Amino acid sequence: MQRFRHLAGSAIPLGRANVDTDVIIPARWLKTISREGLGRGAFETIRAAPGNVFDDPAYAGAPILIAGDNFGCGSSREHAAWALLDLGIRCVIAPSFSDIFAGNAFKNGILAVALPQAAIDRLLDVARTDPIDVDLEAQTVTTRFQDRFTFEIDAFRKQCLLEGLDEVGLTLARDAAITTYEHRAAQDLPWLAAPFGVAA
Amino acid sequence: MASRPRTLYEKIWDAHVVERRDADDPGGTCLVYIDRHLVHEVTSPQAFEALRASGRTVRRPDLTLAVPDHNLPTTARRTATGARIAIHDPESAAQLGALEANAPAFGIRYIGDADAEQGIVHVVGPEQGFSLPGATIVCGDSHTASHGGLGALAFGIGTSEVEHVLATQTLLLTPSKTMEVRVTGALGPGVTAKDLILHIIGAIGTAGGTGHVIEYRGAVFEAMSVEGRLTVCNMSIEGGARAGLIAADDTTFAYLEGRPYAPKGADWDRAVAWWRSLATDPGARFDKSIVIDAAAVEPTVTWGTSPEDVVAIGGVVPAPESFADPSKQDAARKSLAYMGLTPGERLDAVEVQNVFIGSCTNSRIEDLRAAAEVLRGRHKAPGVKWAIVVPGSGLVKRQAEAEGLDKVFTDAGLEWREPGCSACLGMNPDKVPPGERCASTSNRNFVGRQGPGSRTHLVSPAMAAAAAVTGRLTDVRELGPASA
Repeated sequence: MQRFRHLAGSAIPLGRANVDTDVIIPARWLKTISREGLGRGAFETIRAAPGNVFDDPAYAGAPILIAGDNFGCGSSREHAAWALLDLGIRCVIAPSFSDIFAGNAFKNGILAVALPQAAIDRLLDVARTDPIDVDLEAQTVTTRFQDRFTFEIDAFRKQCLLEGLDEVGLTLARDAAITTYEHRAAQDLPWLAAPFGVAA
Repeated sequence: MASRPRTLYEKIWDAHVVERRDADDPGGTCLVYIDRHLVHEVTSPQAFEALRASGRTVRRPDLTLAVPDHNLPTTARRTATGARIAIHDPESAAQLGALEANAPAFGIRYIGDADAEQGIVHVVGPEQGFSLPGATIVCGDSHTASHGGLGALAFGIGTSEVEHVLATQTLLLTPSKTMEVRVTGALGPGVTAKDLILHIIGAIGTAGGTGHVIEYRGAVFEAMSVEGRLTVCNMSIEGGARAGLIAADDTTFAYLEGRPYAPKGADWDRAVAWWRSLATDPGARFDKSIVIDAAAVEPTVTWGTSPEDVVAIGGVVPAPESFADPSKQDAARKSLAYMGLTPGERLDAVEVQNVFIGSCTNSRIEDLRAAAEVLRGRHKAPGVKWAIVVPGSGLVKRQAEAEGLDKVFTDAGLEWREPGCSACLGMNPDKVPPGERCASTSNRNFVGRQGPGSRTHLVSPAMAAAAAVTGRLTDVRELGPASA
């Protein structure tokens, strides 16, 4: 995955709650066999409205998105994370995220930062005029007005993001442990090991 | 192991932990073994491509089953002479082609678009006995939660995770919190599993289960068919929970016994004994618990663009000011503008132009029987321009035809289609035109979900059939028994 350490830049003050995956990237854009180019369909229904935040020159190239509660609810489509990446977004700050979206974001080196609604409201204000600073090492979001919000992140995820680790590669290195598990499971739960009737 | 009472979720989780990645943090990331992986055409091409690019293989193709569903047109798949009909849309055809090529290239069992067993992945898994109680089941689709209706820990994953499972047969996961949804009492006549889960989502909200795995408990679920349980668990994700569970019992075992990939002989007996042992222990604690009174559940419909926007069919469209939270008020205003509805309007006066009976939520045989029971001897209203019934799989289709249900539907003026995801999402030719309404048995009423500008009202199969008959959202209980 792409490494994430520190990010400073402008932030798109979207603010709205329950942004679902069909809003982030409608299903018709899912007919691709590539991860690239999904920014074209990102937030299509919001961008249909004149004066929307995504096409506001003030936030052009912003690497941060600030949203409301339950961001990314709905489908498991990783296309939502790919669409954000294609827009240049590397960090989403919201009061909460759907579990699947948060995982997909992480796998693509996008930092999902959960902060209380009061902090979100303050950051939405700041974002209209000033950049925002996100530091993963320190687990903080700060502004030039001395705002300082700390956030939680799973230790393993943090390490993966800081070092840009390849999760599949990491797990493949645990082959012996997986094989041990499989041997034990084949003894204890043999019917789970061979659905098509042929033991592996 | 521990004598501490555990929940069903905790028992399945504990049985599948390969190792902890962070020995110091009990809530930290674990490497978890995956027993069953279902693959479809939309969320897998990039995963297979990544495997190829890194020279990696599929660790356990024998635990993986691939079937296309999202893109497929639901019109005939073969000509009268049996020749396969190609998909017109070039992008859909390319996605299907990628799965057709990737499955054999990586040694994965594949059910093709024109095979008798083809269907929606979440209908196929249980009916083939591929999905089993106590198993960890994943698929690149959020409605994988469905399989929890068999007592499996089943959840949707993204494409990077699809790649991870293909390569390692494991996932890196943090344990979820547990949530009990206890339903007391019994459902009234004409009230179905779909009405119950819509009601539950209305009660907990679309983020109510975030970070949690829900276990549905109570006599209602014990009395419910496996089909109904699959419907309930299917929509756990609409309540924010990545997975939902209903403990396996004799009903589950009777459903599974003899299915193609279910255990046989001595394995079956051992499996049943293990499955029974997984039930939540008396005294086990849930992180969160809510109680729902089944008697309060009415046939339920959605009025807005979020699955939590539910109201009983006898109710009215709510006023945005009736919500305490200002952001909810704003969302309700946007929803009502999109849906073309006015506060105070009666739901049972809302006219629909389209009816969709299908999707991984409601396309199993019991769903089709419920719809047919309402439609028998009746005809769709003139205002209903498009009404389709899409069975969840080829096997469901065959069973329905053996029971004569297809004839009931076509006599009533509905179209009888081939299996697939169909009008649940705008990825295949089945779409609801802009500005028109659809009484739909699917799971999401998001903006544009059934096609750009489409207006979705989520309902049960019986309620969708009733709407087809009257041309408006209708309380199926007021329709009375069918004539012939």
